Amino acid sequence: MIEIKNLHKSYKMGSNSLHVLKGINFSVAEGELVAIMGSSGSGKSTLLNILGMLDVLDEGSYNLDGVPIVDLNETKAAQYRNKFLGFIFQSFNLINYKSAMENVALPLYYQKVARKEREEKSIKYLEQVGLKEWAGHLPSELSGGQKQRVAIARAMAAEPKVLLADEPTGALDSKTSYEVMDLIQKINDAGNTILIVTHEPDIADMCKRIVHLKDGVIVEDKKVDQVRASQYV
Amino acid sequence: MRFILDKNTWQEIYGSISKNKTRTIITVIGVLWGIFIYIALSGSAKGLDNGFEKAFESVAVNSMFAWAQNTSMPYKGYKTGRQIQLKLGNATVLQNRIPEIQYIAPRNVRGVFGDAPGAIVRGQKSGSYNVYGDFPVLTKIAAKKIFDGGRFINDEDIEKSRKVCVIGERTQKELFDKGENPIGKFVRIDNVYFQVVGVLKFTQGGGFDKDSDVFIPFSTFKKLYNTADNVGWFAIAAHDDVDVIKVEEDVKMVLKSIHNVHPDDERAIGSFNLGEIFNKIRGFAKGMTFLSLVVGIATILAGVIGIGNILLISVKERTKELGIRRALGATPREVRGQIILESVFLTIVAGILGIILGAATLAIIGSLTKDVEMPYTNPTVPIPYVIGALLIMVILGTLIGLIPAQRAVSIKPIDALREE
Repeated sequence: MIEIKNLHKSYKMGSNSLHVLKGINFSVAEGELVAIMGSSGSGKSTLLNILGMLDVLDEGSYNLDGVPIVDLNETKAAQYRNKFLGFIFQSFNLINYKSAMENVALPLYYQKVARKEREEKSIKYLEQVGLKEWAGHLPSELSGGQKQRVAIARAMAAEPKVLLADEPTGALDSKTSYEVMDLIQKINDAGNTILIVTHEPDIADMCKRIVHLKDGVIVEDKKVDQVRASQYV
Repeated sequence: MRFILDKNTWQEIYGSISKNKTRTIITVIGVLWGIFIYIALSGSAKGLDNGFEKAFESVAVNSMFAWAQNTSMPYKGYKTGRQIQLKLGNATVLQNRIPEIQYIAPRNVRGVFGDAPGAIVRGQKSGSYNVYGDFPVLTKIAAKKIFDGGRFINDEDIEKSRKVCVIGERTQKELFDKGENPIGKFVRIDNVYFQVVGVLKFTQGGGFDKDSDVFIPFSTFKKLYNTADNVGWFAIAAHDDVDVIKVEEDVKMVLKSIHNVHPDDERAIGSFNLGEIFNKIRGFAKGMTFLSLVVGIATILAGVIGIGNILLISVKERTKELGIRRALGATPREVRGQIILESVFLTIVAGILGIILGAATLAIIGSLTKDVEMPYTNPTVPIPYVIGALLIMVILGTLIGLIPAQRAVSIKPIDALREE
């Protein structure tokens, strides 16, 4: 599903440049649930941003579902993001003046899906995350866990190839975190490919594979026995 | 184009506008105020213009008056200070020599230039009124509205020196009982009986007209006051396409030559033309229209800049939202389009509201000033001006929307998302 070869990325900080990713080779098969771990500054968020086409790579190659991601301009990146990727953010990033349903429907809007179908689909995905009754509520009326579930429903709505989650439990207490992880595991069970950036070992243990990043290189890449989050819920 | 016609686009814009009510209302008020000022101002200017037009409709605007005074230069053996007396025959000479003259009416009056006004008596009632000796042609120069059932002096009255008179509104009120029809009744003017043939409806037309003026045939006046062929002054109307100022000069030159006055004598013949005054007033009204146009456009511009400003702030405010939208797959084109359309949509809605409000205000002012004595009639704004203003707003709205739209696109989605 994801093929990365010899990925380099550096940022210019004034006169000197900061080499963040120093030759990453990495691939993800369909249906995997991968945790990307590392301390802050290890380059894990940068890697996720490049995977999410929010940032461009300096060197190397990136294939997503057989499509080479090269020469990205903003328009093309937006189209790819819309078609291939679903995002889950630490700070949820819901649009605060739109109801839960409207938030979930937004990626469908950019897929030019008709309004009625958008609403039906978003209700369906809200139901999957257990928030059907909250469809008409604004994000400000939801708890943190509920917000993140809305965000997951939104990421799912576009039926992407890969879900990218950047610290999805970073702003949640551990109980809510496990609820969210339970949801993510269920989505993964249904066959979706998911990448999670986290620095919490217990969250990483709930994935099927852990990739450790340190100073811009992969230091460890191991398959783990998945801890089901449902036992904590 | 598909983007603009797409229902989804508008639903999205409606959502973003209606969910940010305060922002929307403040934005709308700016442009609404601009177009309101524009409509109200230019409508009022038009009303003023119409008002002047109406005030002068009873007077031929290219008319003039000429009268005689004392000479100030010796000429052909005549000494300085000689009193010139205009004669009835001068009218024919003037008309023959100056083809630009359309109508010429010799006039005489008692009561205006220091002499005693006519004493008019009817039964127990009496009063002093200015008495004019006039030809029927006067009505071509200064329209005389006669109340129903009456008439002005006609040619036969002149021919036969009939003792008939046209009285003013106030004269009727003062000499006749309420509800009494004065037509056919007799009044005594300086001890001669005259039959009333008409009552003049007073219209303010400048000069020394009063609502109590009494008009008798020129020929009768001549006999009554023993004025022979003397003429007090000439009222002259030039043809429509003629410069009345030029005619005024010509008339003075001809009169000077008839009366043996030095051509450079500025004082011997006095004159006054309405055309010049009228042009000045028209110019004033035009100036008002122009001013209202400039002020209006400037206000609209200020309003639209306000929209741009508020959208710019709102783009800053919405950086994160726009970042989310782009992470979810909005192309820069879609983001740009949405913001421009928001700008244009707000501008148009505000514009239309402003036009409605302005039109309502004009209608109210119009009905309030209907019966008031002031030059203000039928304040309107021509439709092309309104459409033009709307068009300007749409164009400006688009242009000003480009700035925040470009700003919105120039922020990378990753930076937008990072912003907390």
